[in-house]
Amino acid sequence: MATAQTRTLSRIMMAPAVIVLLIWMIVPLVMTLWFSFQNYSLINPMMTGFAGWANYLYVIGDPSFTQSLVNTLILVGGVLAITVIGGTFLALLLDQPIWGQGILRIIVISPFFVMPPVAALIWKNGFMHPGYGMLGHLWKFFGLQPVDWFNQYPLFSVIVIVAWQWLPFATLILLTALQSLSEEQREAAEMDGANAINRFYYIILPHMARSITIVILIQTIFLLGIFAEIRVTTGGGPGYASTNIAFLVFRTGILSNDIGAGSAGGVVAVVIANVVAFFLMRAVGKNLDA
Amino acid sequence: MGSISLKNVKKSFGEVQIIPDISLDIKDGEFVVFVGPSGCGKSTLLRLIAGLEDTTAGTILLDGEDMTKAPPARRGLAMVFQSYALYPHMTVRDNIAFPLKMAKASKEEIDKKVEYAARTLNLSSYLDRRPRALSGGQRQRVAIGRAIVREPKAFLFDEPLSNLDAALRVNMRLEITELHQQLKTTMIYVTHDQVEAMTMADRIVVLNAGNVEQFGSPLDLYKKPANRFVAGFIGSPKMNFVDGPEAAKHNAHSIGVRPEHFKLSKTAEAGTWKGKVGVAEQLGSDTFLHVHVDGLGLMTIRTDGDQTFSHGDDVYLTPDQTRIYRFDAAGKAI
Amino acid sequence: MARNVSVQTRIGFTIAAWAIALLLFSPILWVLLTAFKTEAEAIASSPTFFPQTFTLENFGAVQDRSDYFKHAFNSIVVSVGSTLLGLIIGIPAAWAMAFAPTKRTKDVLMWMLSTKMMPAVGVLIPIYLIFRDLRLLDTLQGLTIIMTLINLPIIIWMLYTYFKEIPVDILEAARMDGAELWNEIVHVLVPMAVPGIASTLLLNVILAWNEAFWTITLTSGRAGTLTAFISSFSSPQGLFLAKLSAASLLAIAPILLMGWFSQKQLVRGLTFGAVK
Repeated sequence: MATAQTRTLSRIMMAPAVIVLLIWMIVPLVMTLWFSFQNYSLINPMMTGFAGWANYLYVIGDPSFTQSLVNTLILVGGVLAITVIGGTFLALLLDQPIWGQGILRIIVISPFFVMPPVAALIWKNGFMHPGYGMLGHLWKFFGLQPVDWFNQYPLFSVIVIVAWQWLPFATLILLTALQSLSEEQREAAEMDGANAINRFYYIILPHMARSITIVILIQTIFLLGIFAEIRVTTGGGPGYASTNIAFLVFRTGILSNDIGAGSAGGVVAVVIANVVAFFLMRAVGKNLDA
Repeated sequence: MGSISLKNVKKSFGEVQIIPDISLDIKDGEFVVFVGPSGCGKSTLLRLIAGLEDTTAGTILLDGEDMTKAPPARRGLAMVFQSYALYPHMTVRDNIAFPLKMAKASKEEIDKKVEYAARTLNLSSYLDRRPRALSGGQRQRVAIGRAIVREPKAFLFDEPLSNLDAALRVNMRLEITELHQQLKTTMIYVTHDQVEAMTMADRIVVLNAGNVEQFGSPLDLYKKPANRFVAGFIGSPKMNFVDGPEAAKHNAHSIGVRPEHFKLSKTAEAGTWKGKVGVAEQLGSDTFLHVHVDGLGLMTIRTDGDQTFSHGDDVYLTPDQTRIYRFDAAGKAI
Repeated sequence: MARNVSVQTRIGFTIAAWAIALLLFSPILWVLLTAFKTEAEAIASSPTFFPQTFTLENFGAVQDRSDYFKHAFNSIVVSVGSTLLGLIIGIPAAWAMAFAPTKRTKDVLMWMLSTKMMPAVGVLIPIYLIFRDLRLLDTLQGLTIIMTLINLPIIIWMLYTYFKEIPVDILEAARMDGAELWNEIVHVLVPMAVPGIASTLLLNVILAWNEAFWTITLTSGRAGTLTAFISSFSSPQGLFLAKLSAASLLAIAPILLMGWFSQKQLVRGLTFGAVK
């Protein structure tokens, strides 16, 4: 519903955004693909030329890759489980008639605004340190031996930190969804004789289903790329115990200067993300009435 | 000056043809109303003239100049929208001044014209308010004020009264007509309400499915409808239509009689139709009777308000023989 | 919201909710309190809640050690700069998609969103090499460009959802009133969309401020933002807990305040308008 002139104008207006994003998407991706088939190491500049599948075989064949892939899945899965279940519970609680709801909302959302390295360092030093962390004090209070979290349970510790950051996000979105459920619908269910559990199962949960899907998908996108939390706490260790794919690429490509192998890892990461993206696009796209 | 000519204008959205082919000549200073049922293409036609939509084919001339491809800003027309489309972040003064600012008018000129428009439209005491602090009628006036200050070649009104309540609508109808008398500028007015069309227009364009059914003065349309559609659309209550043998008696495929062209009696006479009174709508001045006529169906009859009827009364109808409209099989008037 | 419940139930829910909320908030509270303690008190074997000796010396120490102000300045330049740049590119694009949509508009929007899904590590190496060759490594310009690119899809999406709520009539009225495109956008669209543009700005400043992949991998000293500043505290050196807290507080306080103000709009922005 517009004239040819507005359509022409609109193309011109969109051009800058489309062009920069097109370059941003294509150039580095093509380069990554190219490097992934090259022998290219910054340490050994003599080694050049076409590598075939060698980089992929090297990366995928390395036991550290399998472990990183498993770690990535555990990290994403663990954080999702904690945040979605915890978030649903918390959203239901905050939706009850309680005093100070507005302030509570602000308090609960706060961890989301803490930058990842700060979050990681607070937990690492203030809470999980066996000598002077708060959890150590708590363990001692109960007469237990303080736990050296990052050495004994490195991946679990990272999961806790990341979940702490993302629980507010899940809670806030699920709470928003919950509050859009009409009071009348709830009352109608009550009139129909549904008890609290039935109401949750038949009315509230279906109403929140879409928001839960969106929470899962958006978090997955971010969680696949978890980096800073690992970098400032465990550095991926001990060994590869807390290395995910993102950190593995960083380790191989930047820390070990093996551009070829790092790129191959990057391509693998892109493929994984695309699978998730496919589902997210479908969920968000349905809502789009363009 | 403000004459507007459409020559073989066509408009389709993709596969859907909205306007098959329209040619119209609107004279300078005329008040023309586009009327028709919803979806007849009347708003689209107005937007084509405004330049908010492209024509698929054909030409649009303003004062003889080809404006088919000109953007709305260059056409020198002003439009009043159904939603008023006031700028919510500007005061009434700034709303009215906006077109002048766009035309880079001087500060003094802007002030002078805004003051004048405000006085004409009784808005002087609201100039520093925002649109949301105004009533519907006041918003309407601001929208008109914004149109006036441009001194456009023609005003385009897109169902401007449909968001107002009934009493206000009658008032604004008069005000707009009065404005036209003062300004003598061409106005094109789109509405689905045939009462607005009849009361305001110099000439009416009756549109149906994107075609001009008839273009003429209100009384022309009332007295000499070109076809069954116009006959049924103009006039309130609607004309009664009769098909079959009763129409054949008048050498027509169908005939129409307006509710006000019946003689009503309680006794049988020659050539009358017998019926039973259904609902009687008493307005005081008039009474509208809905009569179930034997073999012919439901008819609406207008009588004066003095006679009273009850549900189930037997009545006899005599159509005024000189005022029977006759139509052929294609619906054209004979 | 006037559900009828007994006062006891209400008290129960209130206590439970506050307990969980404070538990979640405790790491931030810890930072807030420890930042004002002496180092000795911070690691004392029997921890204190409130600082026994209230001190501001940690903040001075942090400034001396890592130059907070330089990093904060860099953070502001990069987050505000990239957001403004994103708005300049994004507003016209969002105007086009909201008010002159075509059959392909939806696909373009989805495609823009898909660029956001690309994992940073997938393109880290080429970007690193390109930046090295263009001498953009460790510069504010380079970082601002990257941050603009990664946030541009979100900016366009948010603006698009806000613009969609503005009736097209009003823009058409402006066109009839003789406004060319520039005037239509500057005098009508932008002033009407101020709340939407403001929350887009706020959310994107927050996201850019907290971004911790590119800011860490592409900087070393000069252009380091607060994420890099705080990462320099990752290896403990002697007594540093109170200084770490002071540094953390300085890094998160501005954004925490902004976040509290914008939390209502946040949901919409982060879900690309899918949840309102």
